[in-house]
Amino acid sequence: MNAPARTLPHGRGPQVAAGSIAILTGICAFLIVAIVVILMGIIIWNGGPHVTWEFLTKAPETGMTEGGIFPAIYGTVLLVIVMAIAVVPVGAMTAVYMHEYARGRMVDIIRTAVHNLAGVPSIVFGLFGLGFFIQFVGRGVDRAFFGGQLIWGQPCLLWAAMTLALLTLPVVVVSTEEALRAVPDSYREGSLALGSTKWQTTWKVVIPQALPGILTGGILSVSRGAGEVAPILFTGAAYFLPELPRTLNSQFMELGYHIFVMSTQSVNVDETMPIQYATTLVLLVLTFALNFAAILLRSRTRSKIEQS
Amino acid sequence: MSDSIEMMSEEEQVGSRVNGPARPETLLNIERVRVPDDGRPIDRPVKLASKHLSLWYGPKQALSDVSLEIRNYEITALIGPSGCGKSTFLRAFNRMNDLIPNVRITGQVLLDGEDVYGRRVDVVELRRRVGMVFQKPNPFPKSVFENVAYAPRLSGVKNMGRLTEIVEKALERAALFEEVKDVLHKSALALSGGQQQRLCIARALAAEPEVLLMDEPCSALDPISTLRIEELMRELAKSICIVIVTHNMQQAARVSDRTGFFLLGELIEFGSTDDIFTRPADSRTEDYITGRFG
Repeated sequence: MNAPARTLPHGRGPQVAAGSIAILTGICAFLIVAIVVILMGIIIWNGGPHVTWEFLTKAPETGMTEGGIFPAIYGTVLLVIVMAIAVVPVGAMTAVYMHEYARGRMVDIIRTAVHNLAGVPSIVFGLFGLGFFIQFVGRGVDRAFFGGQLIWGQPCLLWAAMTLALLTLPVVVVSTEEALRAVPDSYREGSLALGSTKWQTTWKVVIPQALPGILTGGILSVSRGAGEVAPILFTGAAYFLPELPRTLNSQFMELGYHIFVMSTQSVNVDETMPIQYATTLVLLVLTFALNFAAILLRSRTRSKIEQS
Repeated sequence: MSDSIEMMSEEEQVGSRVNGPARPETLLNIERVRVPDDGRPIDRPVKLASKHLSLWYGPKQALSDVSLEIRNYEITALIGPSGCGKSTFLRAFNRMNDLIPNVRITGQVLLDGEDVYGRRVDVVELRRRVGMVFQKPNPFPKSVFENVAYAPRLSGVKNMGRLTEIVEKALERAALFEEVKDVLHKSALALSGGQQQRLCIARALAAEPEVLLMDEPCSALDPISTLRIEELMRELAKSICIVIVTHNMQQAARVSDRTGFFLLGELIEFGSTDDIFTRPADSRTEDYITGRFG
């Protein structure tokens, strides 16, 4: 009995440590849920009552303290449509090149570029858009074709959409690449063995299979783009416009920018509070709906792939 | 099979003298389903050949110095344990190995005497002449009709009447038409595994190939589907040349006219199927066939 027998650690030290870690991690996780609930609660509570049919269909009135946000909704939708038209084909083609054609180092170089693009702060995209699209491309076009008249060399819908397209390009590239990866190689082999060229195989077999994934990327990019303010700050968004934009070189109002303007630039910030909340609610619902659509589309495609 | 004895090289005959004094009548107890005189052309010229073919995946040699001749209107089986290079060899005939990076090839692969690795050979054209069926049925996620119409569409057939004609003929040749005639425009993925594989055969046949390469076409199928594919192969051998890679020795013995045994990237023995399965010249062939290894 002299040698001390080896026992399980007694005392409650280890158990308390284990328990407190569980509590600590639990608190962190709970905090996130709580923040989302509080955020949504405040916005819905303050903004909900103001979201009426009139609010959605009317233009702002009397220094933005009354009226609705229709021009901002209209501008946002128009902006993301033009953006999607630009970003989906370019992003999808980039991914097709990366996954189907490029080999070795080339893939790494492109992937690094895409990832870096995703890491650039959005305000930098805004400045780039101003410098490249408006000052360089727009002014250049004006000088070359319109005798220096100011037509494209100013902030407008087209350049804002292009700037946003650059920002959301990685989203489309990544989800298209994922979709291409999910297309079984046996399809490619089968097609090539039938005497089709690489391009025919890609176009007729691979891309149709990847299409839902490409569309998912498109929707995600739209929901991302719809919520960004910084890139359109200098490239096309307007404080207030009496008319809806009619052409690609018009300026436009946008939901996110509208919120920014109301909360910082308006004559009476306090009076616009309810409208700010309501606008925020509309913007959130819009992006959530888009995200939800993307998730649905993606899960449907995934289960389809698993079935085959 | 009168000409099959001539195929045995002197070396192999010497081998069989050395190796086989008292040999059982057959090593595998298999009933030969194949009828020797089955309406195929008697004149069976060499269709495919490899000459001193060696192939490397990067530093790893997958084939070393393989030479053999494959005749038209015959079924040639390539057998051997996993990783012996038989599939790699098969894929050399339609240059599917080109898709893998870092593949290096020396020697020649001849189709009708012309080197398929020649500088002026159009790979796309080659693959239309040399069709392929894969291990796992891989119909496209399109309709039955569109699967079979794939190759004709590629070669520019647009007329719907003509396409229908080609599709129906190919499905009939693949002994599938009766089963799918009511679901032609439904998804091919709804078919059973055996039907899918016959659909893949029909899809290959629609391109009017001269050679059909089959890479373990039955390994994912049940015995009845397997039997149907084997019957189909014998029927097809009346008009085209068939090369089949198989893990299943019974299948090779049942269906083929000639058999090649591969081991570690080398062609150990090549001869008439009857000889390979009853009087193998090389002891390694015998060991493999009788199941002592592999």
